[in-house]
Amino acid sequence: MPVVMDADRIARTLTRIAHEIVERNRGVEDLALVGVRTRGVHLAHRLARSLHEITGQDVPTGTLDITLYRDDLMRHAVGPQPLVRRTEIPFSIDDRKILLVDDVLYTGRTTRAALDALIDFGRPRNIQLIVLVDRGHRELPIKADYVGKSLPTSPEESVQVYLQESDSRDEVILEAGSPPRTLARWSA
Amino acid sequence: MKRLFKGGRVVDPANGIDGVHDVLIDGDRIAAIGRDLPVDGAAVVEIPHGLVVCPGFIDMHVHLREPGQEHKETVASGAAAAVAGGFTAVACMPNTIPVNDDANVTTYILAKAAEAGLARVYPIGAVSRGSKGALLADIAELKQAGCVAITDDGHPVATALLLRRAMEYAGMFGMPVIEHCEDPSLRGDGVAHEGYHAAMLGLRGMPGACEALGVERGILLSELTGSAFHVAHMSARASLRAVRKGKEAGIRVTCEVAPHHFTLTDESLASPIPYDTNMKMNPPLREAADRDAMLAGIADGSVDAIATDHAPHHYDEKKVEFDRAPFGIVGLETAVPLSLDRLVHAGLIRLPRLVELLSVNPARILGVRGGSLSPGAPADVTIVAPDLHVRIEASRLRSRSRNTPFDGWQLQGGVAATIVGGRPVFINSDAGLAV
Amino acid sequence: MSAPVITHVDETPAVTSLRRKDLLGIADLAPDEISLILDTAEAMKEIGSRPIKKVPALRGKTVVNLFFEPSTRTRTSFEIAEKRLSADTLNIASASSSVVKGETLADTALNLEAMQPDMIVLRHPSSGACHLLSRICRSAIINAGDGMHEHPTQALLDAFTIRERKKRLAGLKVAIIGDLLHSRVLRSNIHLLTKMGADVWVCGPPTLFPTDITRCGVRATSAIEEAVADADVIMLLRIQLERMEGAFLPSLREYFNVCGMTEARLRRAKPDVIIMHPGPMNRGVEIASEVADGPYSVILDQVANGVAVRMGVLYLLAGGVEHETAV
Repeated sequence: MPVVMDADRIARTLTRIAHEIVERNRGVEDLALVGVRTRGVHLAHRLARSLHEITGQDVPTGTLDITLYRDDLMRHAVGPQPLVRRTEIPFSIDDRKILLVDDVLYTGRTTRAALDALIDFGRPRNIQLIVLVDRGHRELPIKADYVGKSLPTSPEESVQVYLQESDSRDEVILEAGSPPRTLARWSA
Repeated sequence: MKRLFKGGRVVDPANGIDGVHDVLIDGDRIAAIGRDLPVDGAAVVEIPHGLVVCPGFIDMHVHLREPGQEHKETVASGAAAAVAGGFTAVACMPNTIPVNDDANVTTYILAKAAEAGLARVYPIGAVSRGSKGALLADIAELKQAGCVAITDDGHPVATALLLRRAMEYAGMFGMPVIEHCEDPSLRGDGVAHEGYHAAMLGLRGMPGACEALGVERGILLSELTGSAFHVAHMSARASLRAVRKGKEAGIRVTCEVAPHHFTLTDESLASPIPYDTNMKMNPPLREAADRDAMLAGIADGSVDAIATDHAPHHYDEKKVEFDRAPFGIVGLETAVPLSLDRLVHAGLIRLPRLVELLSVNPARILGVRGGSLSPGAPADVTIVAPDLHVRIEASRLRSRSRNTPFDGWQLQGGVAATIVGGRPVFINSDAGLAV
Repeated sequence: MSAPVITHVDETPAVTSLRRKDLLGIADLAPDEISLILDTAEAMKEIGSRPIKKVPALRGKTVVNLFFEPSTRTRTSFEIAEKRLSADTLNIASASSSVVKGETLADTALNLEAMQPDMIVLRHPSSGACHLLSRICRSAIINAGDGMHEHPTQALLDAFTIRERKKRLAGLKVAIIGDLLHSRVLRSNIHLLTKMGADVWVCGPPTLFPTDITRCGVRATSAIEEAVADADVIMLLRIQLERMEGAFLPSLREYFNVCGMTEARLRRAKPDVIIMHPGPMNRGVEIASEVADGPYSVILDQVANGVAVRMGVLYLLAGGVEHETAV
């Protein structure tokens, strides 16, 4: 079970991405972070802290639950519904530059759902995608703007991101044998 | 033709008999009863061990629906259900369409019964024309045509005055008045027993007091007129209390209880199937205290008869909202198994008492022949198999209707054979009897 | 200014799906299922505050609103909930249905079923009508009020509103006052609140008491002062004019004098008491206008929350259940 990123590596990666954000956007004016539940939210809050340390400014941060936008919802004959949690975007996204944060970029379907959801909140100036790990195998034409680590994988493998806030440790692990893609746990 | 039933247990409480006897039938009459009767050219029917020979059972409260509602039941299908359930005779209620308030209707029913040639059918006439509660029916003509009692069953007799007059008038012919006891204003639009279960299910209730008021009224008028008063399908403990007091006072009151009222309670409204319309009847399934009172009355002799209130309804009439469904369930083919299982095997009563409830007393109350195996009596015989294990299956009932709450019930006790006028009209192949 | 902090950590609830095909009543639900519906409704509530109040979750699902009783509030609330989830909705009201032509409910349902809706929301004057439909239909049946039996989504939105204000249900004293006998709202609320550990009192004139009501774990009184004393929540039930015909009440004026919720009576409750009413209100009968319009009233919150709760129920039932028994 190879550890592909440890705590230190994750921290340094996020700091690097924060600097890239400031560099590309020439500051943090009109920026807002939106994390995709669950681990994208933790990453978004960490990035907000880094951006504050770098610029001294606060970047508004929101939480997006994409469950109701999933393209596999209702496609199965019967089965339990995935859990819906609150979306909290306590600011207008109109004319803002939105930094969409997720932990792993894989097929691109989560990102597609997140983009659809975001558009329902308003008309942002642009949306930039930040992922901690890009593991390839895209099924939709989606590309990340900021990538923590590009990780070549096979479809049989799975990438697990563990974060202190929810898992009491910081670690990215590449596991052999992918977990079944069920409705309840939908891989990115 | 002669038939000799040999070697079985015979229970004939009217003659104080309970033991191994032979019963000789000659034509349509009982010829003799005794130990080791000579064969004398008779066809011998060996009664296997465990079966019991009884005087034919009489269900004094059934609805045969003919004329007018033949999609629910006919005299023929009802009679077939009766003999399959061990009943050699049934008394049928007048709430047909048209109402049996006229000798022509009575004659029609009797003709249909003769055509079917199964159970004996005793029509019961209406108290009032159209059972509308205003004018008395032609009771003497009904009696002459073959009616054995009068009632406005389905409803109580509309007023105390009319009930009084009916008792006085019918008393002239020795006919009992059978009453569906109920205070209409207390019943209101109730559809279930007024208790916790109906309350939580949001069903409008009718309390036990609603029935007991009708019982009290009838007993008072029986005392006033000196005529016989019979309480139909008694269900409430307050009614039983009134009947006991009436009997103690020497008033001519009798009563019957239906099997569903001594087996089920209003809990069945909620489970296993909530709002099961086969749990809807009037009087309704009452609470456990009432059910237990009915059992106690059966055990101590206060209850005179078991009658089914067999009320067939077509399946789509019951496949509706609970409050829109008609009241009533079929009962002819489940009464004997339920009685044997829940009364005899449960240790509440012994077999001779059950025969009183199902045969001796109904014959006495209605004033019809039967109820005993005395020589010269009609050869109406029910042979029961008290230890037979039966499973009630609604889909296999002989009745035209399937509205039973007992579908799938496993019970101990069944019917082996039913003999009417010396003719075997029903043989249960599971009971090991060769007639 | 400090950086944003993480305000709450996600907790996985005890159950993540309902264990049933239909919502027939609260009586059938386990406490964890009730919590799941309320939690899901919280997520749904936020959708109503978006500029575009619509999510694609039930795209392609057909929901029939079959209403055999006049109802503006409940039907509208369901319809908005369905539309916010992108379901296709169809309204059938009793006046336009074939029931007036003598068709049975079973036949109406089978005819609707033939057109393959996914869910049927039923409002019907007969208690148990939803149970009948659930035995006949493959579609999920949602009870929008059946006779005097249950009105589960009303109780759920009531609980949602209480939870929103009081942050809990367990241990609260809830007084329910009014026409107890004929109220489906009462029955659903009793089931829900007792399951969730609230201390439930019911109050009304004895003519309007359901038989043996205390058997389901509530306390009953006809003294309104006792019911209201130290209450956290007061829920009023509608008194209908026709109740005087059944001799349940002498007059509406007398009812107001004996059981009406006035400001004076309200003072016996906790200072932060909330006043609820399922609507439609009879001002001056079960509730004084000063109370209905006063600061304690959460009556309009109830209406707003109704949409979110119904969205939650629709969403959770849309998946169906595995191992469904053949009908």
